[in-house]
Amino acid sequence: MAEGDGARPYLRIEGVSKSFGSFVALRDISLAVEEGEFVCFLGPSGCGKTTLLRAIAGLDPQTTGTIIQDGRDVSALPPSARDFGIVFQSYALFPNLTVAANVAYGLENRRTPRAEVRRRVEELLDLVGLGDQGRKYPAQLSGGQQQRVALARALALSPGLLLLDEPLSALDARVRVHLRHEVRELQRRLGVTTIMVTHDQEEALTMADRIVVMNQGVIDQVGTPREIYAQPANRFVADFVGTMNFLAGTLTERGRVRVGRLELACPEAADGLGQGAAVTVCLRPEDVAVRGVDAATPNAAKARVASAEFLGPFLRAYLAVEGVDEVELTADFSVNAVRDLRIGEATELLVALPPDRLRVFAAG
Amino acid sequence: MAQATLNGTIVRPRLGRDDIALRAGLLVLGLLFAVAIVFPLYALLSKSFQDKHGAFVGLANFERYFATPALFYSIQNSLEIAVVSTAITIALAFVYAYALNRSCMPLRGLFRGIALVPILSPSLLPGISFVYLFGNQGMIKWVMGEASIYGPIGIVMGEVFWTFPHALIILTTALAMSDARLYEASTTLGASKLRTFVTVTLSGCRYGLISAVFVVFTLVITDFGVPKVIGGQYNVLATDIYKQVIGQQNFSMGAVVGLILLLPAAFAFMADRYAQRRQVAQLSARAVPYQPRPARGFDLAMFGFCAVVGALILGILGVAGFASLVKFWPYDLSLSLKNYRFDLMDGGGWASYWNSIEMATWTAIIGTVVVFVGAYLVEKTRGFTAGRTVIQFLAMMPMAVPGLVLGLAYIFFFNHPDNPLGFLYRTMAILVICTIVHFYTVVHLTAVTALKQIDPEFESVSASLKVPVWRTFGRVTVPVSLPAVLDISMYLFLNAMTTVSAVVFLYGPHTTLASVAVLNMDDAGDIAPAAAMGMMIVYTSAAVRVAHAILTQGVLRRTQRWRAR
Repeated sequence: MAEGDGARPYLRIEGVSKSFGSFVALRDISLAVEEGEFVCFLGPSGCGKTTLLRAIAGLDPQTTGTIIQDGRDVSALPPSARDFGIVFQSYALFPNLTVAANVAYGLENRRTPRAEVRRRVEELLDLVGLGDQGRKYPAQLSGGQQQRVALARALALSPGLLLLDEPLSALDARVRVHLRHEVRELQRRLGVTTIMVTHDQEEALTMADRIVVMNQGVIDQVGTPREIYAQPANRFVADFVGTMNFLAGTLTERGRVRVGRLELACPEAADGLGQGAAVTVCLRPEDVAVRGVDAATPNAAKARVASAEFLGPFLRAYLAVEGVDEVELTADFSVNAVRDLRIGEATELLVALPPDRLRVFAAG
Repeated sequence: MAQATLNGTIVRPRLGRDDIALRAGLLVLGLLFAVAIVFPLYALLSKSFQDKHGAFVGLANFERYFATPALFYSIQNSLEIAVVSTAITIALAFVYAYALNRSCMPLRGLFRGIALVPILSPSLLPGISFVYLFGNQGMIKWVMGEASIYGPIGIVMGEVFWTFPHALIILTTALAMSDARLYEASTTLGASKLRTFVTVTLSGCRYGLISAVFVVFTLVITDFGVPKVIGGQYNVLATDIYKQVIGQQNFSMGAVVGLILLLPAAFAFMADRYAQRRQVAQLSARAVPYQPRPARGFDLAMFGFCAVVGALILGILGVAGFASLVKFWPYDLSLSLKNYRFDLMDGGGWASYWNSIEMATWTAIIGTVVVFVGAYLVEKTRGFTAGRTVIQFLAMMPMAVPGLVLGLAYIFFFNHPDNPLGFLYRTMAILVICTIVHFYTVVHLTAVTALKQIDPEFESVSASLKVPVWRTFGRVTVPVSLPAVLDISMYLFLNAMTTVSAVVFLYGPHTTLASVAVLNMDDAGDIAPAAAMGMMIVYTSAAVRVAHAILTQGVLRRTQRWRAR
């Protein structure tokens, strides 16, 4: 984490809260972003991620708390006195100006010599791969191209901080996947500290150095995509990122949980929970083991495929597990495994819930 | 509002130069509003509690008003006229709008154009036409039988003619907001045509209907031109104000009648705002516009109806045009331009006409700038909620104030001996100010609507690029909203040409106006020259309108290249 490595973070947010009347949109947010880092704010709509981004930009200042950017307290400054470039979901390109004029918009205002402006605009357009499109108007470009123009415009003044507010969500799925990669590449090349707001977990997982998962105005977890996915900090994060099985159980002893009539070994079983505590056991569908499982495998259980959906590279099976009556266990089996083991509807299987993959949270 | 409890000190955002500029602009606008509407209305209110010498007399004026049957009968007359005229106008305009939007009859564009023609004329003109048609020496006087055109019948006919386009504009807009999917659903479910009409068509445009009803009601109850010309001995509130002030110089009683006239207008205004707010939420972005399909009988019937209405509109205007060219009605029917030699009559002569052109031009230019900048300030200022709310309220206020009442309020305020702004009285400047204020609300709403359609993040982006907000306003906001800006200037020009009510109290010997000249010549019995001057207004408005259309198209083609894909 940022505080630990001793270097001064580029952006420090301390105790930031925002309220609209009696509604609290952000509650006591603290966060540090390193120079050159790509951070994603991830969360469902209304979680406060855009509110936090707009507070960082100064567009809708926080009610209380401090924001320090590059050693300077910007908490109370108007947006024009801060140092950032921004791209909105709508791109907000000026429709009556050409692509080149859009990119030059901030440069011209600084009394930069005309030739210098032209050179910089060309450079920026080349950077986003639109070198030959400068004379067109935004409406003549595709959505993906417009998005790149907005990016070039935001980078024109070489800001220290790049803010992206759901920049890809207005695009087609295919273009979106392509642009994810491009934006990330560009950010790496320029080394500009970047914060992106998104509600798309896949986008956050593929693009971010670190993800900030937000829910109901608070930060639930900060971590690398791997940490967020493999070790969700709580039930909300586990549920929001990826697909997850939730099994209700009771802690019988340290490291062991009873689910239905099964008794599972859970070495991770949360500390601080007493015997008999109600817990939720979480397991990703792809972590359900089916190859090389025998009765001696830890946490093995008999199961029957109740129904299954073919999803291309894998089969999503809903398993009725012997001893667990309330819920079906969702399991993703690779097409290979399906072929080899002849898995289909009503197949009887022996599966295992690998102990090191189980996450346990207090129920509630 | 309850404040949530948060720890830490509250952040007080520092104002940037954009914030300061926008807030300063709002303050200036507030000051203008104070002088141009708040203080005058206050002067009117206080005048109603004073006697002729300015001493406070409490409610004595109101007591005298209600003790004088000749005066308070006008309330009933006004309401009756307004209700009847509204009912007829709405019925005609609805069928006409339905024909334009929902039938496949031929010449729909032409019919739409014809229906809007009355907007080009002052409300005095249809009155004059009806006098020529049905008056004592009327062309087809026999149609009236024993009845007289001078009175309620004439007033209602004139009001229907004059308010028809206003109702039509609202109703065509409401009917255009249709969702074909609802019709398909209704047909699939086996509903009859009548049931579909009631449950889908009528309920879909019900707020438009309500809005049209109140707009027409307000126009009629506050109109002064038609009853002045053709009302005869039939008194209504609007003519009472005029008579009290101009005829009897009884300003206090004029103020009382003005306040009474303010009530129905203000009520209708609030009801209309309520209806319009509901209408907006009606149509979802996914709606599929309804496309009418040819149906022979229906299309023919609709064509017949529109042809009759259209012929009546053109006919009524044509009568005035014809009458203005006749040498001496009804004795010498040879044609001449004698009636256009205005310099030989009372009313200010051709100077009035040129004054009107000058006044309308200034109103269009200054009004468009003030209104558009004002709407921008209200929409784009960050924070400062109190200031924005006050300005927004003040911008809506003129709609509820009838022109006559506004003009009267201006007399009290600007003609007050202690007012340092008194030098404005009877100048071109006060006519321009008053006219801008009179029509402020409608154009303000047009500007706000146009601004709301622009991406709200333009200002955020330009702030992040350190570009001052006024630069973005000039380089992006204005060019992008150019069509709306041109519409606003057009609307202001046309209304400045045709308005009588507010300015009738404010003109001076050197600032007579064409529309007022129509009134005064008609008053003096020079009815043919009055018709001629009225027609000059119509010709001018029509010419300006055509020029505006050509100009708009040219400007759009040159500057709005970016709109094309």
